[in-house]
This record gives sequence, structure tokens and C-alpha cells, in this order.
Amino acid sequence: MNIFFYIAAVVAIISTIMAISGKNAIHSLLFLILSLLAVSVIFYLLNAPFIAALEVIIYAGAIMVLFIFVTMMLNVGIENKNGNKLTNPRKWIVSSILAAILLVDFILALKNVPASPSVDQVILPKQVGISLFSTYLLAVEIAAILLMAGVIGAYHLGSQKKKVTHRFLEKK
Amino acid sequence: MKILLIIAGVLLIALSIAAGLIWVERRLLALWQDRLGPNRVGPFGVAQVIADTVKLLFKEDWVPPFSDKPVFIMAPGILMITILLTFAVLPFGPNFYVFDSNIGILFFLGNSSLGVYSIVLGGWASNNKYALIGAMRASAQMLTYEVFMGLSLMGVVMMADSFSFCTIVEAQKGGWFIIPQFFGFVVFFIAGIAETHRLPFDIPEAEGELIAGYHSEYSGFKFGMFFVGEYLGITLISAIIATLFFGGWLGPSFLPPVFWFLLKTFFFIGLFILLRASLPRPRYDQLMKLGWKVLFPLALINLIVTGAVLIFLK
Repeated sequence: MNIFFYIAAVVAIISTIMAISGKNAIHSLLFLILSLLAVSVIFYLLNAPFIAALEVIIYAGAIMVLFIFVTMMLNVGIENKNGNKLTNPRKWIVSSILAAILLVDFILALKNVPASPSVDQVILPKQVGISLFSTYLLAVEIAAILLMAGVIGAYHLGSQKKKVTHRFLEKK
Repeated sequence: MKILLIIAGVLLIALSIAAGLIWVERRLLALWQDRLGPNRVGPFGVAQVIADTVKLLFKEDWVPPFSDKPVFIMAPGILMITILLTFAVLPFGPNFYVFDSNIGILFFLGNSSLGVYSIVLGGWASNNKYALIGAMRASAQMLTYEVFMGLSLMGVVMMADSFSFCTIVEAQKGGWFIIPQFFGFVVFFIAGIAETHRLPFDIPEAEGELIAGYHSEYSGFKFGMFFVGEYLGITLISAIIATLFFGGWLGPSFLPPVFWFLLKTFFFIGLFILLRASLPRPRYDQLMKLGWKVLFPLALINLIVTGAVLIFLK
């Protein structure tokens, strides 16, 4: 199991680096999809096949398709004009300091927390469903309300009155 | 060793059915249109498939200079990989499967949602306006139909109490799921046609409007992969319908189970071809309207009613 974990982890890290350093928007998105697939493999190796499948279906399969769809429509894929700005090292100072603080914090926290026992038995979809609808019911309902608000908002933005464009049918 | 034989067998069955379908489809279409179809090469024209394959292999494999080359070359491969991978979790017989996954249906749904990339990237990388329009139509159509393709299968999952294809087939020993899950079947079948973008839902490639849609710029073997990929998709959807709703390999014991499975699969392949021969293509907005306003609510109602009945019977 270990060797597969490290392979997937290396693929995830390399593809994420390629995703944030690439200049072609679509290529970056493709590397991000690869990184999500690698994370899905890691979930599978950690005995969580259901989450692994959801990672592929929802993140790699649905959300990233929308990203690519928008990028295609805006036609920014071939040439990213802002690419040179980001390579300017000055832009990286503040974010690098913040990230370094977070990394130190994370390492210290990991040292203090006792290692959690590795999960030996496979977590099946049924168990995930039962815990979602009992222990974590509140979180599920809040997420549902958020999604509902999104749907209503999208409906409101997308709805428009029927336009008549023919010159004979126009009302004056 | 045994697993390698099974993998080779599954690949052989899937690929030879997909290639053979090109001839089957042309003959069946001809039959329904009062023509003869290809009947010159070999007995009944069967060798037409080999002739076509040789022709595709020897054609110039042209990669347009204005295209995004790596993505352009990768796109047809994604289609083949995602579809062929799904065959791994399908049981062809009681002990004839590559891998009995406990997330089988989710594996299929994940692969089919990754298959969208092939069409979208192929169309985008071609750098051609018709291909791009085809790719945009494809991404909207496939995203829409994926949603209730998954939802329509949840009734079957609830009744069999498992995501594994093998367990679902075993659960149908008392009766096929087509009877309690009829609406699930209808929604899944229509969504399956849209996912494989077959006629009548072939608006991503609509040759009357978009040359050849997303694969306008493809030629030679890469076009061949898109072409065979479409037939592989039909085979896959038919096999999944047979497995989930019509008892898979279950059948009277005077014939081997694999035969029953293939017979049911071929029945639905024939249905796919008959639909192509008989139905006109809807407009793009009509397709979307049908999806969101009819099939999506139908899938949800089916889900809720199935759940309620199952709880009531417990």
C-alpha cells in the first residue's frame, strides 16, 4: 500500500506545481484534474472508496468541466497575458511568508497530536450515508440550504422575458 | 494467470463487438430503409469492417498545425480509456468479471463524467469554430444528462442494497428490476443515448450544421478512435442496462450465462440503432428542456417513491 501511496502523492504534488506554474490556462486545468485524480487514488488507498469515487465524479468530472467550459467560452486558453506578472518575485513575498507561518504551525500541531490509528476496515457507502444523516445532519442541511440559495439565484439571473426580434412582431 | 485471461477476454469481446457494430449498424439501417447496405466484401459483407479498419490505418494522420498538439493527440485516448475501464467492473457471467468493485456504479459514473473531457478537449484543441461549438454543446448536454443518469440508478441501488454490479445481478434472482424500476430504466436509457451522443441526441456532431462537430479536424486513426469509441459507448450502455434492469447473465440454464448477457446486450444495441433509423434530431434548447423539466423531476420522483415503498415494506 505504501509504495502506491507515495506514487500517487508524488503525482499529486508535481501536477499541482505544474497547474499553478503553467501559462496556458487549459493545460493548467488539465494538470489540476490530474492532481484531483491522484488525490482520489490516495483516498482509495486509505480505505475510503466512496469518497474516492465522489472526488472523481464531483470534482474531476463536474466542477472542472465547468471551469474548462468557461475558459473555452472566454477563449483565454491559448495565450495568458497576465502570465508574466505572476513570475515577478515581489508578488510572492507576502503569500510566501503567510504560507511559511502556516507550515510551521501545521508541523507543530502534528507533533502534538497523537497519531490516529490507521483505518483497517473499508468504509462502505452505506456507513458514510448513515453518519451523514445522523451525526452530521445539521451540516448536510446547511449545505442544502446554501445550494438552494444558489439555484434560486441562478434562476433569477438566468430568467429573462421572451424577446421578439423580428421587425414585424415588434410592439411599438 | 486466470485474471489475465479474463482481462483479455473482456477486451476482446468489447472491442470486437464495437468494431463489428459498424457493419451491423449499416446493415440494419439499410434493412429499415429498404436498401441492401454493404454486402460485397466477404460473406454478407462482414469483412467490410476489416476493409474499413485497414483504410483508417493507412490514411494520413494529420495533426493540424494550428491546433494545441498535446491535447489534440490525447483527446481520443481519453474516450477509449474511460469506456474500456468501465468494462472491468461489469460481470459477463457468474465468475467472468475482472474486478468486483463495491463502488461499481460510482466507478461507471466517474468514468462517464471523465469521458466528457475527451469530446470537450478534442473540440477545443482543434482550434476550429465548428469543433468548438460542438464541444460546447457536448459539455452542456453531457453535464446535464449525467445528473439524472446517476439519480435514475439510485432506485436500483436501494433495492439491491449495494453499488456492486455482481450483487445487483444476484439480487435480481427473484425478478428483474425492470418492473419495479420502470421509470428509472426510461430515464437511464434516454440519458444513456445523450451520454453517448447518438442520434437522435447527436447535436455535438450534428453533421448538417457543424461539419462533423467536435471531430471535424480529426483524421486517420485518431478519428477511428472517436468512431470506435462511440460504438464502445453504445455497447457499454446496453450492457449496463442489461445488467441493472434485465438480470445481467441470469437466464434459463440450457445456455451458458455469458450467452444470455450478450443476447440482452445485443437487444439494446439493436434498439439504439432502431432509434437512429426512426427519430429526428431535436433542437438544442428542446434537448435541455426535456432534460431539466421532464427527466430530472421524473428521476427524483422515482427515487423518493422507491425509498418510501422500501421503508413501508420493511
